[in-house]
Amino acid sequence: MHILGIETSCDETAAAVVRNGGEVRANVISSQITTHAAYGGVVPELAAREHLKAMPIVAAAALRESGLGMAGLSAIAVTNHPGLVPALLVGVSFAKGLARRLNLPLIGINHTLAHVYGAFLDQTARLEQPATYPILALAVSGGHTLLLLITAEGRARVLGSTIDDAAGEAFDKGAKILSLGYPGGPVIDRLAKTGDPKAVAFPRGLLPRSGHPVDPENRLNFSFSGLKTALLYHVKGRTLEGQELADVVASYQAAIVDTLVAKTVLAVRDSGARTAVLCGGVACNSALREAARLAAARAGFDLVVAPPKYCTDNAAMIAGMAWHALRRGQVSGPDLHVAARLPADLGRVPFAPGAG
Amino acid sequence: MSPSSSHSDITTASAAETEAFARGLAARLPDGCVVTLNGDLGAGKTVFARGLARGLGITEPVTSPTFTIVQEYPRPGGGWFYHLDLYRIRGADDALAFGLEEFLFQPHTLTVIEWPERLGDLLETELPAGARHVPVQITALDDTRRTIRLPADLAGM
Repeated sequence: MHILGIETSCDETAAAVVRNGGEVRANVISSQITTHAAYGGVVPELAAREHLKAMPIVAAAALRESGLGMAGLSAIAVTNHPGLVPALLVGVSFAKGLARRLNLPLIGINHTLAHVYGAFLDQTARLEQPATYPILALAVSGGHTLLLLITAEGRARVLGSTIDDAAGEAFDKGAKILSLGYPGGPVIDRLAKTGDPKAVAFPRGLLPRSGHPVDPENRLNFSFSGLKTALLYHVKGRTLEGQELADVVASYQAAIVDTLVAKTVLAVRDSGARTAVLCGGVACNSALREAARLAAARAGFDLVVAPPKYCTDNAAMIAGMAWHALRRGQVSGPDLHVAARLPADLGRVPFAPGAG
Repeated sequence: MSPSSSHSDITTASAAETEAFARGLAARLPDGCVVTLNGDLGAGKTVFARGLARGLGITEPVTSPTFTIVQEYPRPGGGWFYHLDLYRIRGADDALAFGLEEFLFQPHTLTVIEWPERLGDLLETELPAGARHVPVQITALDDTRRTIRLPADLAGM
């Protein structure tokens, strides 16, 4: 069964065709980064307009690349939450129209859970094994910093999240303070490689320091707002250059990475998870990938790091996860809604083996 | 209320004090008003917004709306707390295209707007009779101390 997936939750217009949940036949992404770079971030209406222009082109390209005609599709899947509402509406409206026209089932997909699924796209058999569960996922992007626990029965809950800024936002705002441009992640990753991560002692939000235990309710939560302020006051309006810039960037990145990894290890220990997953756009960061691998080896848990092409927003993860929903009869109606926020109740995770 | 009306300057010594001041201020704000928060990156605008939310009895995490532009929080007992961040909005046209007016001057609602300078004079144009716009300016004195400038009648002194 081939499913066409559509993804427009943020600044990427993406379409993909995936067979039986894991065989990616086409994965097309129209990156809008060059359009947004001028504004230092994502402008929602602008994003919606760009999505509207790109959507039919990207979908047609995915179908062409897959070698299938529309007649070869079994269902249409689309991200309907969470994300930017005007942007989500473009993808959902397009998917609804196509499903109606082709008389195919429509499947609304949770973007965050799809990111977890995307980490397994090259090895979906692992998701069929009960021994892989519970899965503890760190889903980390421009809009989210979440620790999610998924059981073999398909229950999912949020164990922790940011109480202020998302980790990706910390990268973007840090880059803004240092005049490095947008998006901040790739440039910080690159510059940090030549800097000393111990040069500046930036704060690790909500991590215990000697004599300063963390409030129990924030044990698995994140805070990056204080880090941004610390960078601001370290820089004090100066324009940093050369080695000093590289050292500050490396130290800033280290504070984000240390916090993400320490909380993930803590969450694995607390929850008894058998597998940890690193996913979302920030999971592209090379220092984070390396630090997570070291921590997993030291603490002795399995770690699945999403391949970079499935870290950033894509529709292959949407079409892949939708196959499991379709198998279990979890199909959406024509009244499929969009929502900006992740709901408190994440519902049943369709790819878990016991999701029944 | 004209911009030249008298204002007060409050100095806070820490983020916790800034949040506590905003928590107290929430009770003094008229229903349906819009609070605009001016201040640089890192001035503590989100901390201030969180304080207002706590003052309204909202206990859930108040997180940065930079990515989503708006975060909506139901208030215990009805009504809404809207937290907007226009950092990524270019101007009034974009704000209106986003549907900003739906979040302004609504009954049983407190609206807080970060980076309001993106709106130009849109707020004054949309201001209904009897409604109030409360401008708040946060200025960093050093890495922890802040001066909060707001209309004198709301300073609670």
